[in-house]
Amino acid sequence: MKDPSQVIHDTTVRLLRKAATVLPKEIEEALKAAHAHETDETAKTQFSAILTNIKLAATGVPMCQDTGIMIFYVKVGDKFPFIGEIKDSLAKATRKATADTPLRPNAVNPIIGGNSGDNTGKKIPWINWEIVSGDSLEITAFPKGGGSENACILGMLKPGVGLTGVKKIVVDNAISYMGKACAPNIIGVGIGGGSDIALKIAKQQLLRPLNDKHPEPEVAKIEAEIMEAINATGIGPMGLGGKTTVLGVKVDYAMRHPASLPVGVAIQCWAARKSTAIISKDLDVTYLTHPVEGKK
Amino acid sequence: MTEYHLTTPISEEDARKLKVGDIVYVTGEHVYTARDEAHERALEMYEKGEKPPVDFEGSVVYHVGPVAWQKNGKWEIVSAGPTTSIRMELFEDEFLRKYSARIIIGKGGMGAKTLGALKEVGAVYCSFTGGCGALAAKGFKEVRAYLWDDLGMPEALWVITAEKFGPLLVTMDSHGKSLHDDMDRMVAARKADVYARIGIKE
Ligand code: SF4
Repeated sequence: MKDPSQVIHDTTVRLLRKAATVLPKEIEEALKAAHAHETDETAKTQFSAILTNIKLAATGVPMCQDTGIMIFYVKVGDKFPFIGEIKDSLAKATRKATADTPLRPNAVNPIIGGNSGDNTGKKIPWINWEIVSGDSLEITAFPKGGGSENACILGMLKPGVGLTGVKKIVVDNAISYMGKACAPNIIGVGIGGGSDIALKIAKQQLLRPLNDKHPEPEVAKIEAEIMEAINATGIGPMGLGGKTTVLGVKVDYAMRHPASLPVGVAIQCWAARKSTAIISKDLDVTYLTHPVEGKK
Repeated sequence: MTEYHLTTPISEEDARKLKVGDIVYVTGEHVYTARDEAHERALEMYEKGEKPPVDFEGSVVYHVGPVAWQKNGKWEIVSAGPTTSIRMELFEDEFLRKYSARIIIGKGGMGAKTLGALKEVGAVYCSFTGGCGALAAKGFKEVRAYLWDDLGMPEALWVITAEKFGPLLVTMDSHGKSLHDDMDRMVAARKADVYARIGIKE
């Protein structure tokens, strides 16, 4: 019988290494399409640098030196038999991937200072838990860079400003950071719920497939409008000018309190790294974003 | 848009030839990494009349906190994309005046103080594509020294031999032009159209 901790650990090490070195196919495809779509010389040079970089990184080096702070999204089936082994295995895997990939040590103590050196420490890696029905475990490694994280915002709007106010805060934010979060970006927007909920929803949107649309047409329309507006700014890749400032805008919502209209805005950079695997109750592993060569 | 291949140390004359929009590839031994703390230390040393451990004249100073590891006793930089340069706005003008570096590299551009100093000393600011850590590292042939390591891996002064390090896009030149300022103006001019798309009239 396989050791469940070991399987979760080894799977996670691979997820972290793959996330740091190989972009999900759909992101790479979108960057290639953007390169082809640009006419501006400067924008073309930025995209061709990004595409060359992606190729070099795929040989096993981190595509970006900021390998992010370690975040996991975990969906655990209520009947998955090894729930107790998950947390420790993720932390151990983080330390191992940090040494082996290598990843940059990015876990700093905000109170007493100092870098833990291994990307773990108090509450880090951060795990977003979701209990679902079923008997398997889905792990998504989502290392998040600091530059794009610094462009995330929360607005507690007055409900009177309505959806126009919501769109405005997202567009104004994009104009204020001017591509500095390594544009082209993917923007997640969470509306309603409450301050923490809005930001949580916003960030979760970054996990959606790039080419999907929100199932509700009213929301899909907001996504399209914001995307079109931001791309009309001409900010372009790296804020150096061009047609592609965002690759995608993803919006979702929760019911809101009558007195408040929270809007969370989460920003992802072109290095939109994530890697997902599913572990069955029998400890068989299926890699979704980064399949093992020769395996489906 | 002209493409230049420059070898360090770079002369003032060569630096003054560069214009916003040009592409540069750098080769040579005067390539250093420096973020906030390394800038601060270099300036402190100048104040105290001490000589820094490297020659900054004609050099290329890169705003980056690299990922590096030691292989068989030798340091190797694995990934080294630029960090946000505006943090160094506090020091860069003085640094340029005192040490005559010729190319500053980073991302996001810098402010008026740096632009003024570039003009004064004859230097340029280049943008390297953000996040392209693997591509940057490919341009580093050798890490010759890991100095000021007490500052930690990202803040230390890494001494590098570069070979065709680039493409570096000149975004601020010694003629007072800044693509970053131009971009701010252009985006401001488009704002009404952008707002119209989300139903806001200004
Ligand atoms: S914003 Fe993203 S691509 Fe840019 S440096 Fe940070 S992690 Fe890397």
